[in-house]
Amino acid sequence: MNPSWWDWDHAFAVFPLLLEGFKITLLATVLGTLIAVVLGLVVAIIRRIAPGIIRTPVTWVVEFIRMTPLVVQLVFANLVLSPYIDSTLAIGIWVLGIHYTTYMAEVYRAGIDSVAKGQWEAATALSLPQSRTWRAVVIPQAIRNTLPALGNYAISMFKETPFFVVIYIPEMVRVAQTYGGDTFRYTESITLAGLIFLAASYPTSLLIRRLEKKLA
Amino acid sequence: MPENTAHPESPHIEFRDVVKRFGDNTVLNDLNFTVSKGERVTLIGPSGSGKTTILRLVMTLEELTGGYIHVGGEPLQYDEKGGKRLRVDDKQRRRTTTQIGMVFQHFNLFPNMSVLENIIEAPVHVMGLSKAEAVTKAEGLLEKVGMGEKRDFNPSQLSGGQQQRVAIARALAMDPEILLLDEVTSALDPELVGEVLGVLKDIAAETDISMLIVTHEMQFAKEVSDRVMMFDQGSIVEEGKPDLIFSEPENQRTRDFLRAVL
Ligand SMILES: Nc1ncnc2c1ncn2[C@@H]1O[C@H](COP(=O)(O)OP(=O)(O)OP(=O)(O)O)[C@@H](O)[C@H]1O
Ligand SMILES: [Mg+2]
Repeated sequence: MNPSWWDWDHAFAVFPLLLEGFKITLLATVLGTLIAVVLGLVVAIIRRIAPGIIRTPVTWVVEFIRMTPLVVQLVFANLVLSPYIDSTLAIGIWVLGIHYTTYMAEVYRAGIDSVAKGQWEAATALSLPQSRTWRAVVIPQAIRNTLPALGNYAISMFKETPFFVVIYIPEMVRVAQTYGGDTFRYTESITLAGLIFLAASYPTSLLIRRLEKKLA
Repeated sequence: MPENTAHPESPHIEFRDVVKRFGDNTVLNDLNFTVSKGERVTLIGPSGSGKTTILRLVMTLEELTGGYIHVGGEPLQYDEKGGKRLRVDDKQRRRTTTQIGMVFQHFNLFPNMSVLENIIEAPVHVMGLSKAEAVTKAEGLLEKVGMGEKRDFNPSQLSGGQQQRVAIARALAMDPEILLLDEVTSALDPELVGEVLGVLKDIAAETDISMLIVTHEMQFAKEVSDRVMMFDQGSIVEEGKPDLIFSEPENQRTRDFLRAVL
């Protein structure tokens, strides 16, 4: 019944713990996505309309964040911020969210560029103020084209939450590791963690593919 | 700041020494002309002669390179003060452009809005009408352009002719004093041209909106225009009443052009 490499007792024991960890994974993904969605749009708009004095440093920071690994950013941010911020989880979520902000900004930029020139011109012909043109005409059309990419980045963020391990946030993989360390049984916990990831991201990716088809 | 009440004695639109360059391509060189209040002026001329550019300058879609355009006596893009040429700020420009409507060759309706939303967008957010007032007005205009049934449709569900009629209603919703029409039937299937021109003829007959029209529909031009201006390489080579221009053009280039299009 129980081959030596798999022990159902351990599997049942670790499963509820993993689900607790999964809650943190999910929370990080949702909040990280939210941050990336909002800040990404802000960055994309700044890069499009702000004067050079603001645009240049923003561009520089964005490039820097995008060109360095998330793990390094997590460790670095934790080192610098932990004296001021109690919650490592909060630090982790912000780092994750800001990291993906830089990717989302690119997606939004492409979305904004894809809005036809005639749309801007029609807005001018109606004397709409810039702010209204962005809000009512450009952003709604730009965002429509960004939904699939946003979904894919959310999944990718979800799969990168295990990097939180490096700053000891008890998300699912860290829980699995800890359990392994305590009981010297890694197989069950790590396998189950992997399966839970799969069970969550595969249906989501199917959904995104359907959305892509619908928008195309 | 002066209000934009049109000075009755000054021309409705005035081009003074207008220069427009794209890079080192000079499209308009020292162009001067005026349009009176209520006048309908049709611009004709070969491709690349600068007709679209003229309309786009009035709509502030292109920036003047030199000279001045006045609308209702007010400077549109640049003002001359103490011998200096000063840019009119965006807010003041918008105050002037609210009196100007434009209909485009490719309609440019907002695809993320319904027909009705397209029409009430500017009345609500530029003129400050309440939503209810704007809707009542929009419904009247849609009736007028024969699109009353389609108010809740999406632009993509309409034919080109229907979209263009909505675009006309959208421009009219701002109560423009000036209407700019740039080849508004050129993108339409031939059988849809008539319905759009019909709507425009009605508007020409029922309103006193000043119009600058670019069209290849010479019969339409003849019917609605008070004056036709023939352009070539950014200058007016001939102008006059449509009957005269179309039947007895004096200029050789006008003759060649008309022979080619008629
Ligand atoms: N955005 C632009 N950038 C560069 N050149 C331009 C631009 N818009 C117009 N031009 C040039 O300006 C000239 C006049 O163009 P315009 O569109 O005003 O001509 P038109 O009389 O409307 O011609 P058509 O009958 O083909 O519409 C052309 O040589 C064109 O190539
Ligand atoms: Mg043209």
